[in-house]
Amino acid sequence: MTSQVSSTAEQADGAVVGEQRKAAGAKDVRRLDRVIIRFAGDSGDGMQLTGDRFTSETASFGNDLSTLPNFPAEIRAPAGTLPGVSSFQLHFADHDILTPGDAPNVLVAMNPAALRANVGDLPRGAEIIVNTDEFTKRAMQKVGYDSSPLEDGSLDGYHLHPVPLTTLTVEALKEFDLTRKEAERSKNMFALGLLSWMYHRPTEGTEKFLRTKFAKKPDIAAANIAAYRAGWNFGETTEDFAVSYEVAPAAKAFPPGVYRNISGNLALSYGLVAASRQADLPLFLGSYPITPASDILHELSRHKNFGVRTFQAEDEIAGIGAALGAAFGGSLAVTTTSGPGVALKSETIGLAVSLELPLLIVDIQRGGPSTGLPTKTEQADLLQAMYGRNGEAPVPVVAPRTPADCFDAALEAARIALEYRTPVFLLSDGYLANGSEPWRIPDTEELPDLRVRFAQGPNHALDDGTEVFWPYKRDPETLARPWAVPGTPGLEHRIGGIEKQDGTGNISYDPANHDFMVRTRQARIDGIDVPDLEVDDPDGTARLLVLGWGSTYGPITAAVRRLRGAGESVAQAHLRHLNPFPRNLGAVLAGYDKVVVPEMNLGQLATLVRAKYLVDARSYNQVNGMPFKAEQLAAALKEAIDD
Amino acid sequence: MTDANALLQLVPKAEGKQSMKDFKSDQEVRWCPGCGDYAVLAAVQGFMPQLGLAKENIVFVSGIGCSSRFPYYMNTYGMHSIHGRAPAIATGLAASRRDLSVWVVTGDGDALSIGGNHLIHALRRNVNLKILLFNNRIYGLTKGQYSPTSEVGKITKSTPMGSLDAPFNPVSLAIGAEASFVARTVDSDRKHLTEVLRQAADHPGTALVEIYQNCNIFNDGAFEVLKDRQRAEEAVIRLEHGEPIRFGADGSKGVVRDQRTGDLRVVTVTPDNEAGILVHDAHSASPTTAFALSRLADPDTLHHTPIGVFRSVERPVYDTLMADQLDAAVEQNGKGDLAALLAGGDTWTVVG
Repeated sequence: MTSQVSSTAEQADGAVVGEQRKAAGAKDVRRLDRVIIRFAGDSGDGMQLTGDRFTSETASFGNDLSTLPNFPAEIRAPAGTLPGVSSFQLHFADHDILTPGDAPNVLVAMNPAALRANVGDLPRGAEIIVNTDEFTKRAMQKVGYDSSPLEDGSLDGYHLHPVPLTTLTVEALKEFDLTRKEAERSKNMFALGLLSWMYHRPTEGTEKFLRTKFAKKPDIAAANIAAYRAGWNFGETTEDFAVSYEVAPAAKAFPPGVYRNISGNLALSYGLVAASRQADLPLFLGSYPITPASDILHELSRHKNFGVRTFQAEDEIAGIGAALGAAFGGSLAVTTTSGPGVALKSETIGLAVSLELPLLIVDIQRGGPSTGLPTKTEQADLLQAMYGRNGEAPVPVVAPRTPADCFDAALEAARIALEYRTPVFLLSDGYLANGSEPWRIPDTEELPDLRVRFAQGPNHALDDGTEVFWPYKRDPETLARPWAVPGTPGLEHRIGGIEKQDGTGNISYDPANHDFMVRTRQARIDGIDVPDLEVDDPDGTARLLVLGWGSTYGPITAAVRRLRGAGESVAQAHLRHLNPFPRNLGAVLAGYDKVVVPEMNLGQLATLVRAKYLVDARSYNQVNGMPFKAEQLAAALKEAIDD
Repeated sequence: MTDANALLQLVPKAEGKQSMKDFKSDQEVRWCPGCGDYAVLAAVQGFMPQLGLAKENIVFVSGIGCSSRFPYYMNTYGMHSIHGRAPAIATGLAASRRDLSVWVVTGDGDALSIGGNHLIHALRRNVNLKILLFNNRIYGLTKGQYSPTSEVGKITKSTPMGSLDAPFNPVSLAIGAEASFVARTVDSDRKHLTEVLRQAADHPGTALVEIYQNCNIFNDGAFEVLKDRQRAEEAVIRLEHGEPIRFGADGSKGVVRDQRTGDLRVVTVTPDNEAGILVHDAHSASPTTAFALSRLADPDTLHHTPIGVFRSVERPVYDTLMADQLDAAVEQNGKGDLAALLAGGDTWTVVG
């Protein structure tokens, strides 16, 4: 939820701006407008925690930020190997930013594997902090370094800081009653302390966090805090770090309000709890653990005092089955999964289409096909969400664009499901799920009213005047059928997956009725009220429109800013509703000579748009498990403009 | 008040007297003439008034197959779902609505083949569900393929040279899956069927009732040996809690425990062994003897087939535990406050 104000700053490469200050006897302090840091180490080195803490410090300082955790699917891949490297990238700035950044200004490499795996992403002149203790001959050979990169000149183009992080940590903790191995574990906190000094981060939050996390082991808490402070002090005193940096709070980037940092999966979880409250219906989650969706199951399981029921099922099918059962009973029902789980749930989604009950299907997309890349991001489930069922089984599709936007998207998906009595896909992805950004905490009074009316009595009079209840008699406006929950006297009825007679809901194999029901189900989805698509076309002279959906919003917007900063005219639009499309989409597309659709798949939205609107939309695709880089995207768009 | 009563108390009672007619829907029943399903439907519709629950608080959920059409014929709430998934759907309904009496109707293919996973997990969780498993040992709706309860060597359209795979014994399977209530009955024995339904309805948690049901089109006479008055005497073992397990003409046969192996076997009762005839204990904490009873029947001839309640024990019920956790969470943390949740711990303020 960063401000939408256009800025050219994101095209700068972390250039030093402002004055340099130097107090007498003190070290240089330089002001930067933005920095990209990447922490990298073994899967067991605690890099995700280190990144999370640095992010929290940065958020509470008031910078805008965007994060990119990147880790292997294995929990503890073999130590010191390239596949075992886990990293966390953080981009923070004194203005609003949209992406975790293309190339890090600073790399913290906890071992040779982390250096080798990440050095290729660094621009010349970047700072590299390495833990020299891990650069043994054997460890280097393991990742293919025949000579030490710290000594052979191969890193000459960078600003290298060799630091014996392990030794220093162990030394700092010698007063503690810890084994060497235990003491070594705090080396990530030493590194965090050093970086916190370098970038003037506040420290209270992390110390408080450590005390809470290790409340039951006060010795470990104290040791971690000692290592953290030792890292800070090391920066302050050692000659090697001559300069520290300030990145001022991004005060102008944010509208007034109270802010917090939030990840996509957390925002999505909160959105579901909020939707339950706004609908005044109990929340029921049926789910089966799967990366990268499990965090939503974990989070919702913690909020039973909101009346949230979470059911860890025996498989994906039972997860959605239980949710559908709860929907029949009047709950706001949700199932959460990733692509492979959606495949298993398809038949039940079809049943939900036939039963016309509200149900949210949350798909945190990951690399596919099959098991694919469980911890990497992709947008390749769009066509599965649209068409992955037998028969004509239309399902609305809603996609969040940023981590914080997952909150609003969840509310919007719930609105559609409840109002139109339909299953709805909420298509997030691994990048949004694990990435984070500042979020203006909404006033709960401003949240949409999602209350629904359950059917209470007969809704139809037979020719002889008898009042009856017809479960498939529709609202003339929305075409939604009544939601009559068990326990309501007089409305006993039976529903099922066999084709039903219009109105009565009785089994019907009548050809004309089936044709009518198929078209009516489609019309109900086509008629869903969705807001018009907004186009960002500041000077109105653009001939090229970039059309995106989902998590590509950040990189596309950053790329568009770069182009505009370089004097190009380019229009941008981003879809939240993939089914149905906004009513004005056809007119918007027709208003431009060229339409480019960047996607992290092989052109799924482009296929839909070309088929529906007969426009010559061009695809720009990347399917490498990582989000687009703004620079590459800008170059591709420039090519399209000039083409 | 026992746990069973406590659970039933959550479901509202009917106002006024109910009759069988109240539970018949207006839909024309479309099973083949002569199908055993008619008898089961009549027994269930006839039994429901005895339960005395408000019919709007009763839900029948089924999967796919001939028996799964059952909900359409009950004037209660109902869902005819998809193949094998009824226990999962019913679990979500029962866990979120403890004021409902939830029944699952399924068949041998639906419950034991495509839906085997959901069945065993429902049983292990002990969700408050009553599962009626119509076992006709054949696929009827797809026109006559062998099923997971068909005897080995079954000649069908899909197994012209005889089926190869050994069948499941649904009662053994349920006991192995930690079921707290397992019973077997026969479609044609209205009195026995009704009595078993009554006990299942009273049971807190998942009750599995296997109903031997005749498919007169594709597997006619599959249970004839249990129905023919003369042959049944030797074939059927009627289990009654607290009674010695005896059967045959004048109770001439009985079940004893083999002292050497611990297994059960059938003996001719004599004055010498009469005292050693096993007394049926459906409430035994250990499932061992119930399992051994389930193994007495010959899978091919059905000789020595026990019917009645094999096992009925009380253990914690999933939906009760789930509701308790919700109450405990409110007690510990107070009723959820959305604004406080959204604000979380670390915030900062931007002033305009």
